[in-house]
Amino acid sequence: MNQRQKEEYLREYSILKSEGKPFFPYAVAKDALMACIVMAVIICASLVLGVELGARANPATTSFDPRPDWYFFFLFEILRIVRIPALVQLATIGIPTLCMILLFLLPFYDRGPERRPERRPIATLSAIAVIGAMAYLTINGAEAGSVYSLKIKPPQSVLLAGPKALAEFEAGKKAIAQSGCEACHKIGENGNPGPGPELTHIGARIPAEGIARTIVNPTAPMPSFKGLPAKKFEAIVFFLSHLK
Amino acid sequence: MPKLPAPPIPSLLKSPPPRPGESNGAVTPAEEAMEAGVSVVDWIDERTSLSGAARWMMFRKVPKGTNWFYTLGSATMFAFLNQAVTGVFLAMYYRPEANGGAYESVRHITNEVFLGALVRGMHKWGASVMVALVFLHMARTFFFGAYKYPRELNWVIGVALLILTMVMGFTGYLLPFDERAYWATIVGVNINGTGPLIGPYLSDFLRAGPEISAATLTRFYAIHMMIVPGLIAALIGAHLYLVAKLGTTAPPWIKAEKKAQLRRSEA
Repeated sequence: MNQRQKEEYLREYSILKSEGKPFFPYAVAKDALMACIVMAVIICASLVLGVELGARANPATTSFDPRPDWYFFFLFEILRIVRIPALVQLATIGIPTLCMILLFLLPFYDRGPERRPERRPIATLSAIAVIGAMAYLTINGAEAGSVYSLKIKPPQSVLLAGPKALAEFEAGKKAIAQSGCEACHKIGENGNPGPGPELTHIGARIPAEGIARTIVNPTAPMPSFKGLPAKKFEAIVFFLSHLK
Repeated sequence: MPKLPAPPIPSLLKSPPPRPGESNGAVTPAEEAMEAGVSVVDWIDERTSLSGAARWMMFRKVPKGTNWFYTLGSATMFAFLNQAVTGVFLAMYYRPEANGGAYESVRHITNEVFLGALVRGMHKWGASVMVALVFLHMARTFFFGAYKYPRELNWVIGVALLILTMVMGFTGYLLPFDERAYWATIVGVNINGTGPLIGPYLSDFLRAGPEISAATLTRFYAIHMMIVPGLIAALIGAHLYLVAKLGTTAPPWIKAEKKAQLRRSEA
């Protein structure tokens, strides 16, 4: 933008501004409503989706598949798809650093006076391309599988009992992973071997009522899980009692 | 003292003028009590002159055509405030001890503290909402060409805020110290370490040594709750000052109606 274009913009803007409305209360009212929506979304997400705590960090495990939060999936996916060793450094550091520098310097290399997106085809198309690439990488990263699952196949008895029993088994498996039981118990190929006893065949050794009693009133240092929602609790008992 | 002009608020919100004959000159204690709020504000204003700044901030005009996309910035700030408030409550219970204390305190917050799971959930999902809002706000700024003259510096501050928000996401992820946190952080720090020149130093700084240890957790804790939030708050202040100073943009397709009077003055 040269001096004439700058002054033209400032003049046009001052007219638009004088034709506008005061920030308080017009913009403040919109912002306040938006703030309420944001808070409602956060509280609902917290209530509906809840919060998980996995097993305690154990530097000795080697089987754990590390995963970041969703907003790092695009970086994570770059790391996962680049397999040529010579290019890994370029992909993990080079591309993000380059993107960061390009973002910082955007107003200094894009200095045209035009502001309408349809009249800035290069800017608009490259932005859409970047959004598309990030969405693609994020979705691919998300589909790489969740860590909050134990690798255990449902036993024959559950498969034969129909889809309802299978759903209960899977719900129990998920609740076990979310409750962090593998921190102290080994379940099949998952979890740590101690200090708790192995649970791989727990259903064969203790009846369901016994398992429920132990979860409510355990031997120290295991904490009591009587505070779990009834549904989750029943699913855990169902799951454990079918590990035979 | 000269009276400042009345702010341009809609007539609905203006208080009605006093009825004649209600007060007979003498100020009663009841009236004094009713005016207490006003006198306190006056007292502060006489010493700070803050009312001018407040008027400048609140009663500046927002250009014609401003739409709902323009609320994304303030929505991001509210998400940050949510993170600050829930973060303070989490900090009341959290212990940054790598040998089980951190994990145990987070388990305590989640399972035993009154509303602990709700507050921890709000902090966790608030982070996602904040990141999403930062990107949406940036997309709005980009497509409306709002980073152009005279708002270049505000764009640069905004990119710094985006990066700091991602740093918050990265450092906060380790704090529960469960398996997921631990291994994701190892990968993240190792990626930093592959960078040219400062890469190895950066990852040594983050780990506080050659391996992830107890010092790493306290270091991440300090970065997550002292350094970066302070930087973010300061930069939000600068961002808002520039927004108020330069004005928010109008949508690029809005053109000013040239009034006859203005056209005459231009000619």
